[in-house]
Amino acid sequence: MASDRIFGLVVLMVALAYIASATQIQTSFLADPVGPKAFPMLVGALAAISALVLIVRPDPDPDWPVARTFGSLLVAIIVLVAYALALRPLGFILPTAIAAAILSYQISPRPGPAALSGIGLSVGLFLLFKFALGLGLVAFPKGLIG
Amino acid sequence: MDILANLSLGFSIALSPYTLMLAVIGCFLGTIIGALPGLGPSNGVAILIPLTFTLGLDATSALVLMTSVYYGAMYGGRISSILLNIPGDEPALMTTLDGYPMAKQGRAGDALVLSGVASFVGAFLATIGLMLLAPMLARVAYLFGPAEYFALYLLAFCTLGGMASNNQAKSAIASCLGLGIAMIGVDNNSGLPRLTGGNLHLMDGIDFLVAIVGLFAIAEVFFFIENHGKGSAIGVKLDKVTIPWKDIMETKWTMLRASLVGFVAGILPGAGASLGSFLAYMSEKSIAGKDSGFGTGAAKGIAAPEAGNNAAAGGALVPMLTLGVPGSGTTAVLLALLMTLNITPGPTLFTDRPEVVWGLIASLMIANFVLLLMNVPMVKIFVRVLQVPAWVLLPGVTMISFVGIYSLSGSYFDLILMVGFGALGYVLRKLDIPTVPVILGILLGGHMEDALRRAMVLSDGDATFLFSSPISIGLWIAAILGFVAPMFLRGILRKPQRVTD
Repeated sequence: MASDRIFGLVVLMVALAYIASATQIQTSFLADPVGPKAFPMLVGALAAISALVLIVRPDPDPDWPVARTFGSLLVAIIVLVAYALALRPLGFILPTAIAAAILSYQISPRPGPAALSGIGLSVGLFLLFKFALGLGLVAFPKGLIG
Repeated sequence: MDILANLSLGFSIALSPYTLMLAVIGCFLGTIIGALPGLGPSNGVAILIPLTFTLGLDATSALVLMTSVYYGAMYGGRISSILLNIPGDEPALMTTLDGYPMAKQGRAGDALVLSGVASFVGAFLATIGLMLLAPMLARVAYLFGPAEYFALYLLAFCTLGGMASNNQAKSAIASCLGLGIAMIGVDNNSGLPRLTGGNLHLMDGIDFLVAIVGLFAIAEVFFFIENHGKGSAIGVKLDKVTIPWKDIMETKWTMLRASLVGFVAGILPGAGASLGSFLAYMSEKSIAGKDSGFGTGAAKGIAAPEAGNNAAAGGALVPMLTLGVPGSGTTAVLLALLMTLNITPGPTLFTDRPEVVWGLIASLMIANFVLLLMNVPMVKIFVRVLQVPAWVLLPGVTMISFVGIYSLSGSYFDLILMVGFGALGYVLRKLDIPTVPVILGILLGGHMEDALRRAMVLSDGDATFLFSSPISIGLWIAAILGFVAPMFLRGILRKPQRVTD
């Protein structure tokens, strides 16, 4: 009950904000009868109505995981974002090995196999992408090799 | 005979060694993708698109490769359904109902072969159906103006929304989410940016591949982290694989009927393979009567959903190729592929680029035979693949997704956006909000708005123009029915529960 209501409320807020920002869209002199504002506003309105329906008639709650699982999901998101940022400056091998090992550990908490699968995946995928598929990946940061 | 001439053109392309090789590779990859739990067809095709793009394949080759993957994934879905009681993809859910009980009786090999043959029958008939029906529909599609296209897009959202979720409001929210995202970026008509919040990265809009890979692949990783990859161990033994001729002969009419049902379900825009396998199973169950043993490992209960599922996969290609409206989640992803390759699906595709269409159809024919060979005598190889543990598989999938998206644009912004979509996908799926309408919205939002605006330009702002032709009125009625009817049919069309141990 509660999760659907909260989600409905969030959607309602987003939809209203969306409509509000749609009214700010600049129109050009080459105007057609509909213009660039109408469709986004229509979509926003439809979303707002659906959100109201959801608030009034919510479904039963799903099984949310316990707080600790949420913690590890958050860690996973942070790892992935950090990986995205590290990919260019640090090259492929190092960030991939670390990120894959952490994800592997999170799915099955055994340090040994996790580390191995991290290293294996990173080297294996690098060889696959670089030599079998011919993508231009950089293995290590330029400064390291000199 | 137009069709024969076209087919010979198609086979001349499909039988070239290079295309043939791509089809075989696609079938192999597809079966693996379908078989692995947590890596369904939409997922797998989505991850592979950026890679095919960076490999620099031409349009026909890329399309042949990806549709072979698509067909292969539909075959492969049954392997994990039967052996693990985990559907490898959503349409394979119905196969678990009889496939897993049969496997537990020690007939895992029979179940795999029977379902493989049923898949072949379904996919083969559907490919013939596609061949006959698609050119006809393409001719009808010439009658479609912007008003009709607007109604058609609406129909796709309504039927998909009606089928995909148990709560209409939730699927409407999902569609709006996708449409809303599609609006971000530079407006095609006026050339001015919309809803970008001044962010330069958003000027081009949000790439649908980023959204697809995030919502499907990255979200899956979060689910595996949540349940620690439990339940992916094979519980049944697979001994020698022999061909159960008796079961195959007994189920031949079931397969034919199920293929027909599946094909029709697949053609409906938005309905797709899940509906096909569901309807095929339910109709066979009611034909067979109460004492037929459905749900306890009946041969017909395996043949029906697999034939239906694969026939629907072929049927779903009909609206995708002729109208540019996908019939299922995976065809939505294939549509994304066409758009990436700069091919506009629609009636003109059949006249302007016959080599693409007929090369594709011919390679589907070939892929089918390849898949039958791979899935019956060589099924043990794929069973081996199932033993790849989740803690290697899922990190691997994530890294491949990252490389794929990164190679598209080389920007970290897209990668972070993809992680964001992954988190969104997790929350949406937890709340039982379907993610396929989101994808469909992102893919079709721009076209839908264009159709509306062109219709209004033609009629000088008169809204009744949207309902002015018989075709569009029919589409509007179908759209409303498709959205409303499932609310009343929910009691009858309740999905059966999965078999529990």
